[in-house]
Amino acid sequence: MKVIKIDKKDWADGLAKLSGGYRLFGPVKDKEFHNFKELDNGELPDFDFSNTKLSAKSMVFPQAEAMFKYSLDENEADHHIMKEAEKDYSPRAAIGIRPCDAAAFLLVKKNFDTPEYKDPYWINAYEASVFVGLACNNPCSTCFCTSAGCGPFHEDGLDVLLADAGDYFLAKVITDKGEKLLQAAGWNTEADAGEDQIETLKKEAEAKITASVNTDGLKDKITTELYDAPFWEDVAFACLNCGTCTYVCPTCWCFDIQDETHGTSGIRMKTWDSCMYPLFTLHGSGHNPRGTKVHRVRQRFMHKLKYYVDKYGDGIQCVGCGRCIRLCPVNIDIRKVCELMNSYEPADAACQVA
Amino acid sequence: MQNPYLPYPVRIDEIITETEDKNLKTFKFVFLNPEDEKKFAYKSGQFGELSVTGKGEIPIGIASSPTEKGFVKFTVNKVGLVSSFLHTMKVGDIMGIRGPLGNWYPWETMEGKNVVIIGGGFAFTTLRSSIIYMLDPANRSKFKDIHVIYGARSPGMLLYRDELAEWEKRDDINMHITVDGTDDPDWKYNVGFVPTITEQKAPSSDGETYAIICGPPIMIKFTQPVLDNLGYSHDQIIMSLENRMKCGIGMCGRCNIGKEFVCKDGPVFTLAELNNTPKEY
Ligand SMILES: Cc1cc2nc3c(=O)[nH]c(=O)nc-3n(C[C@H](O)[C@H](O)[C@H](O)COP(=O)(O)OP(=O)(O)OC[C@H]3O[C@@H](n4cnc5c(N)ncnc54)[C@H](O)[C@@H]3O)c2cc1C
Ligand code: SF4
Ligand code: SF4
Ligand code: FES
Repeated sequence: MKVIKIDKKDWADGLAKLSGGYRLFGPVKDKEFHNFKELDNGELPDFDFSNTKLSAKSMVFPQAEAMFKYSLDENEADHHIMKEAEKDYSPRAAIGIRPCDAAAFLLVKKNFDTPEYKDPYWINAYEASVFVGLACNNPCSTCFCTSAGCGPFHEDGLDVLLADAGDYFLAKVITDKGEKLLQAAGWNTEADAGEDQIETLKKEAEAKITASVNTDGLKDKITTELYDAPFWEDVAFACLNCGTCTYVCPTCWCFDIQDETHGTSGIRMKTWDSCMYPLFTLHGSGHNPRGTKVHRVRQRFMHKLKYYVDKYGDGIQCVGCGRCIRLCPVNIDIRKVCELMNSYEPADAACQVA
Repeated sequence: MQNPYLPYPVRIDEIITETEDKNLKTFKFVFLNPEDEKKFAYKSGQFGELSVTGKGEIPIGIASSPTEKGFVKFTVNKVGLVSSFLHTMKVGDIMGIRGPLGNWYPWETMEGKNVVIIGGGFAFTTLRSSIIYMLDPANRSKFKDIHVIYGARSPGMLLYRDELAEWEKRDDINMHITVDGTDDPDWKYNVGFVPTITEQKAPSSDGETYAIICGPPIMIKFTQPVLDNLGYSHDQIIMSLENRMKCGIGMCGRCNIGKEFVCKDGPVFTLAELNNTPKEY
């Protein structure tokens, strides 16, 4: 595969050229953290970060987005009828998305792009996007991507992989979409032995990842046995049901639908939601099938580490970015829960009667 | 790409107050665009999302039968935000319907078999659809004996009372209507809870009989052992579940029981299937 060398002094110029044809998104400093957002005119992505606080999912799946608009004014011809909200699906490019966040889109795609139903909002935004990934030379201690089907130089889900090599970037072309973007930016100098240079950086980065999970046993566990395992009370004990873990996660896709009316007009919106909230499953009758926090914490882990595994046969619904571990106020750690689940044998827990 | 969130516009054509407490109303809708009716082709057991513009959407079982043309019907209990607002709406008002959604009762599998319908309270809506469907002259011969056990708190709480009375008169369906109690001296039917009446009236299973049960959890809990005693295997006990829903198409993530989504993989499950999933409903 072709590798382009981008001298850092040509970086801003190239991005300026790109901004003519693409809406640019990238990591920028936001108080003491970095976050992913649409770049203002002339604003450069800031690559001095390990990972953004929130994942990059909002680029395709905004926290709140209008689906339809409506009028309640009976004098208007099509009052009370839902009409498509205006959308901008012109090309957009993520500059400096981490490989884990890009790979996460591929997992989430399985939810929104199904044989029976297609979510046009997610799919149109995803298809309008070009992903220029920034490889992680220095992964954090909480990253366990390499054992979660991903990695610091992982390419699936990316169109271009950038690796920082000091004075220059190495840009590995992964798809035609990526190639077109590099050309549009005027970056076209092929790097000498580019693939080898990237390979060396990749090995160094992977060697720095010390955290890992075992997931090999999950698919053979019996759902109802895992569900009834005795460790959930313990796992959930300190949880505040704050929802942080689900909001920061690139692979959490749950959402709500709400109508918001001002005067006689309004919009029907799709907004992020969280399985950590009691309202998520509360019936109108007052009954709640996931009425306790133990239910809700169990749902989050069972979904990611069992239901998804069984449904798609494609590993866990987690790319190992470590955000939920870093940001959980009470230190609930998916790696530990995964280990409990992966190694669970119901016989261990049952009282043997002699 | 077809937008699965976009409701078909409909007009309320008729509103019938069903029960003496006035908490249940049947809404008859007509599609504003006649071609949408064809797109809404459904089977008994499926549901739709009723979209009340400005308030939101609620999943409601389709109470009309695919053999009834020109309209669709839903019977709605007044509960919270959307259903209460719907109860204040008038004939002629415009709203929307999405669907049909979910799976249906296993009509193909039940062909050539006896069917026992067991319903309690207002969960009789898709059962009405099923009865009308089976009694249609084009379909009646596909099924052997049909039994219906339907109970409510009192006579005035039964849904579709005129139709129940008509079905009582027919000889191709065995009706067992019951109420928990009544002081009406003219009450001609049963008095007793659904599980008890099931024990007395339901045929035992020879492997050739399917039971469809819809009702409050407490009714289901006490009816299941009765069916076990009558010899029904768990793949011949069919249930329709309810969970809080939003998208109705398996995407928003809230209605699951294990890896199954009640909205998309259900709402109809066999008891055998439910035995293998967490009981989160
Ligand atoms: C497959 C299916 C079929 C149903 N059929 C019928 C029927 O034929 N007749 C009937 O009266 N009711 C039926 N229900 C229950 C009905 O959906 C709820 O009573 C209704 O959603 C309550 O909405 P609300 O806005 O009035 O209440 P609120 O408590 O204000 O609820 C807010 C929102 O939460 C969701 N929600 C709340 N409770 C439920 C629930 N039990 N099930 C699903 N979503 C819920 C809805 O999106 C609702 O708009 C059915 C539910 C399901 C899942
Ligand atoms: S579950 Fe945690 S580690 Fe896994 S992708 Fe989500 S935030 Fe990252
Ligand atoms: S971040 Fe931690 S405390 Fe908050 S909901 Fe998630 S697991 Fe619970
Ligand atoms: S209602 Fe959204 S997943 Fe079932």
